[in-house]
Amino acid sequence: MPDKKQDLIDQRLQDLNNDGVDRRGFLKCMAWAGTGLVWTMSGGIPVSRAFAKGYGKDAGKGGDFSFVQISDSHIGFNKPANPDVTATLQTAINKINAMPHKPDFIIHTGDLSQLSKPSEFDTLDQALKGASAKQIYFVPGEHDMLSDNGEQYLERYGKGTKGSGWYSFDHKGVHFVGLVNVANLKAGGMGSLGHDQLEWFEADLKGRSASTPIVLFAHIPLWTIYPDWGWGTDDSEQALSYVKRFGSVTVLNGHIHQVMQKVEGKVSFHTAMSTAFPQPAPGKAPSAGPMKVPADQLQRVLGVSDVNYVVSGRSLAIVDSPLVDSGSSASGESVGVDSTLG
Amino acid sequence: MTRTKVWIASLATPVMIALLLLLAGSPSVRAADQPAAAKAEVKIDNFSFGPQTVTVPVGATVTWINRDDIPHTVVSTDGVFKSKVRDTDETFSYTFTKAGTYPYFCSVHPKMTGKVVVQ
Repeated sequence: MPDKKQDLIDQRLQDLNNDGVDRRGFLKCMAWAGTGLVWTMSGGIPVSRAFAKGYGKDAGKGGDFSFVQISDSHIGFNKPANPDVTATLQTAINKINAMPHKPDFIIHTGDLSQLSKPSEFDTLDQALKGASAKQIYFVPGEHDMLSDNGEQYLERYGKGTKGSGWYSFDHKGVHFVGLVNVANLKAGGMGSLGHDQLEWFEADLKGRSASTPIVLFAHIPLWTIYPDWGWGTDDSEQALSYVKRFGSVTVLNGHIHQVMQKVEGKVSFHTAMSTAFPQPAPGKAPSAGPMKVPADQLQRVLGVSDVNYVVSGRSLAIVDSPLVDSGSSASGESVGVDSTLG
Repeated sequence: MTRTKVWIASLATPVMIALLLLLAGSPSVRAADQPAAAKAEVKIDNFSFGPQTVTVPVGATVTWINRDDIPHTVVSTDGVFKSKVRDTDETFSYTFTKAGTYPYFCSVHPKMTGKVVVQ
């Protein structure tokens, strides 16, 4: 790779958060993806703390609650990067079911399937039936709308939604908005929300108190991570301008199959691991294709995200945990556990 | 008189045969004249179309083959052609009957773009 490009990436990574976390720090942060990281938002200030110290034992009191984000299950994928994606999804579900606090619901941020096939959706449904949380909210990934303009997806997962599958709901005082940025993509562009959805989104937020915590979720990141690979959404800036007045905004995305986070004012961005296969860090490979890791490493780079909302602390914390806990195998897994970001 | 008739008959037969051969053989002769014109291949690899621009004569068939582990599509930006989703090793072909420039992209990964120039 040309040095110029690498410099750009380094610069981009240094600019993340504008918080003094340089590339080295960032990579360390990335290593946490294999260990578990608690990320707390308290009064709009994000702080991280160790997963190992245990979060969530207080959850469930009063209006507190937690939910789980899973992403990129790619049911139907069978290439060397993971020949059995149904098994790793099952492991993710087992992990959710073993959580000390039962999540109120699950959010799946898209790419449920590999090829939008009915049989793939069937397999996913069957696996999710075994989850302790029965309520599951979905948004589509581009793999879920590969044929028939996403009709198959909308029929199964988009009942009562608008347009290509966007909607909002309230849960214990938090306003959730599921956005779709994988439909009607334009040549040369990245993800796109489109005029109709933006208009609906603006209207949806109108009249809501600025103290209402907002959670946005969509498949492709709503912040620009790496344009060369299309890792961003062309009109996300406009969407984010509508949430500026709110005191706490959390944005949950998938698509890039790795944990990344950024804070911009009162908005915190987070991408989740896949339950199927990892993808390379931006610019670290010729393309964003599936990354093959040794079989015994796979479950360390797949995982689930546990999101906790605590009323008293006005905080939202995200715990990314791999399918295999860091303590269960040999070396290097404690890197970063006691470090903090922010 | 007799000699002339014989001459005509002896000349006519090979001429007829030659004409028949020419008629029957003409399509293959034409194809042999322009072997590269009939088809071209574009490989989809590492989330890109290669070659990104392919130039073909009118009537040529272009075939795209997906060599990635991830499905792609081949969709004309101007709505001229549109493939179904193509998984690993699957192909899509389109025959170009009119001269022009045909930009296209992968509707799943729209950063992937290419062009077919038909002359």
